[in-house]
Amino acid sequence: MEYVIDMRNIRKEFPGIVANDDITLQVKQGEIHALLGENGAGKSTLMNVLFGLYEPEQGEIYVKGNKVVNNDPNIANSLGIGMVHQHFMLVDKFTVTENIILGKEPTKVGKVDLQTAAKEVKALSDQYGLRVDPFAKIEDISVGMQQRVEILKTLYRGADILIFDEPTAVLTPQEIVELIQIMRKLVSEGKSIILITHKLKEIMEVCDRCTVIRRGKGVGTVDVKDSNPDSLAAMMVGREVNFTVSKGVSEPKEPVLTIKDLVVLDSRKVPAVNGLNLTIKAGEIVGIAGVDGNGQSELLEAITGLRKASEGSIQLREKDITNKTPRSVTANGLAHIPQDRHKHGLVLDFSVGENMVLQTYYHKPFSKNGILKFSPIFEKANQLISEYDVRTPDAYTPARALSGGNQQKAIIAREVDRDPDFLIAAQPTRGLDVGAIEFIHSKLIEQRDKGKAVLLVSFELDEIINVSDRIAVMYEGKIVAVVDPKQTTEQELGLLMAGGKRGTNDAE
Amino acid sequence: MQNNNKIKLLVPLISVILGLLIGGLIMLISEYDPIEAYAALFEGIVGGPYYIGETVRQMSPLILSGLAVAFAFRTGLFNIGVEGQLLVGWLAAVYVGVFVDAPTFIHIPLAVLAAAAAGALWGSVPGILKARFKVHEVITTIMMNYIALYSTNEIIRKFMLAPGERTENVKESASLASPFLQSITNFSTLHYGIIIALIAAVIMWFILWRTTLGYELRAVGFNQHASQYAGINVSKNIVLSMAISGAFAGIAGSMEGLGTYQYMTINAAFTGVGFDGIAVALLGANSAVGVVLGAALFGGLKIGALNMQSIAGVPTELVGVVIALIIFFVACSYIVHWLINRVNKGGKI
Repeated sequence: MEYVIDMRNIRKEFPGIVANDDITLQVKQGEIHALLGENGAGKSTLMNVLFGLYEPEQGEIYVKGNKVVNNDPNIANSLGIGMVHQHFMLVDKFTVTENIILGKEPTKVGKVDLQTAAKEVKALSDQYGLRVDPFAKIEDISVGMQQRVEILKTLYRGADILIFDEPTAVLTPQEIVELIQIMRKLVSEGKSIILITHKLKEIMEVCDRCTVIRRGKGVGTVDVKDSNPDSLAAMMVGREVNFTVSKGVSEPKEPVLTIKDLVVLDSRKVPAVNGLNLTIKAGEIVGIAGVDGNGQSELLEAITGLRKASEGSIQLREKDITNKTPRSVTANGLAHIPQDRHKHGLVLDFSVGENMVLQTYYHKPFSKNGILKFSPIFEKANQLISEYDVRTPDAYTPARALSGGNQQKAIIAREVDRDPDFLIAAQPTRGLDVGAIEFIHSKLIEQRDKGKAVLLVSFELDEIINVSDRIAVMYEGKIVAVVDPKQTTEQELGLLMAGGKRGTNDAE
Repeated sequence: MQNNNKIKLLVPLISVILGLLIGGLIMLISEYDPIEAYAALFEGIVGGPYYIGETVRQMSPLILSGLAVAFAFRTGLFNIGVEGQLLVGWLAAVYVGVFVDAPTFIHIPLAVLAAAAAGALWGSVPGILKARFKVHEVITTIMMNYIALYSTNEIIRKFMLAPGERTENVKESASLASPFLQSITNFSTLHYGIIIALIAAVIMWFILWRTTLGYELRAVGFNQHASQYAGINVSKNIVLSMAISGAFAGIAGSMEGLGTYQYMTINAAFTGVGFDGIAVALLGANSAVGVVLGAALFGGLKIGALNMQSIAGVPTELVGVVIALIIFFVACSYIVHWLINRVNKGGKI
């Protein structure tokens, strides 16, 4: 069997660390091959070696049987290797067609020939089932369609080996289903795919074989049909991983957060939250399921004081917190793990220690009469770093230098340590590997067991079903159903999230 | 970490050397003797008490205008309006110096505080516009510069005019001039302003790095969104930052009004000290110590240029070229980094 990509015993060193150590990756023609590893395991380095961005210290690379001395990114293009990036490389103000042809524009008398280009794009998109509107601007189309544009870009350049870098991280469940269909179609048309991911479910569903790397070392390659999620996770992490979130029965007590008839306008002055009612009790985790853009962000912003509510009320314990400032809401016992940890959760250029007191710096003992007291600040930081196992060289390291999982652990440490009555966790495990996910879920449940109220917002249905005690489905700014996670299925949730009625209960 | 600090120091140092080298090349092309010119330049900076006195005197307003730019920059704002804030500060200091009667130990602080308040007020206007209406501060501060220039001129003309297109001298009790400093520097125009400037540098460092206010300001500068999430009032901090920055600029104006000149003239054009502050802050990597060093280099080159012209006959404009080259190399520190890497790697360039 000929391999389309054959990377043998690759070793790549950086000053101080070995990023890739004896990794072998062999991809067969026409297969979907998973590259599995935790964040920082060396997946990106390996792909950058393949692309010629890094020169390996050891090892050989063969593409379609020919040995490659690959030290120029353009060679990868000419060999037919294309990359679908996780963070899209698109020009927002350009149309789909303009983006696809960028850098390889067909010209007619020195002018870009958009008509011909659009025809080619149309033909490609029909051939592979990649629905796009060639004349729509990138800024106006959905994330899923933007990703299809990225795929078309590689196909337009003649790629027959496609690398997908964490492609589902930004997609809704429906878009993920579509993407999987697209990948199958691509393979049936003779393309080969490398799928970089740490989502085991996707590997089980769509991949043929899987190569696992752990801390820079190649662990091995397995046939997916001979393996299961537990064995793959154990290969990736190096120990047994607990998937089924272990938790006792919840014992909800008095209401902590009460939302009544809430209306919140979005930035276009359209009601994004439209008459929402929700109560969260002490000692329970309520999960909000919903397709992105159904008012979840606006709801959270209204609760946390970042956006004005135009009608209705929000009550935390006995205090009315409607339209209070973020600081006063925080002072009343709310903690928030924000959806976008880089934008909202951390000041990346601050040290880890400075980030640990982002809401409390003005309190004693961290400051006195407006003067910061650094020794209590860093004492606190060191305590949190060890309690929550935040992997950082020290508390003085900029937060930017930490891996995503450790940044999230730092945020959780800070928020939970304030001992809030009510904790909001928005997409708390987005982009994290299984080890970190396990840790974060256990912390959320620990908070619940301490009698706190927890609100979990996530686009991962697995997470919602596994962690929540009650699931509230949000659709067009309202809670349209509240279901018991033990008695529901992904199918039922998916239907409710799309605005459908509940099958059995409303059948009469 | 240590390596990082070393490079931080190396970049301006190498930039200075490169600037001088290329400046020398330009002198050669223009048929001047660069060695003679640089010798005269060097002598004009530190070659005797008089020159040292003049250099230090020149430094004082540059330190303050550099601090103003650096402070705003640390909090994510680009204050191009230091020039205007300096002018209103100058006028306020002279006004208090001319029209108020008080003993020295009250009069000088009062005049300096008036300058700081005027500068703060002038700076807070773009701050409010930014916080309220999201108007970019670069545009408003530039506009405010022109408003400052023509209004201060008009106020002098209307209310404070003395013969010679200028105001009266400030009273002796408000003057920073020091016969003692003058006498030990061979009758240079050195005055006590340098002490105020150095105190201001310490204050700037202290506010930014030791107070909760500085913590908030830096947090807002780095990441407005996260600051807002954490409950920090972003608008308030933008206004405060511009006001504090403006206060430093205003005090820079009092250096001229109470120290160097003892009066304010009707200015036909900008003084340039405010704009030089941008370069000083850049050279000093926006740190308090860096600004003082940057101001020393800048002030020195400007003063030394006079000597270079009179001794070596090289026009002062060439020093302007050298200064521009230095700023150029600091601004594209990429080139300098590249050079440092090459040297570290192979020992050859």
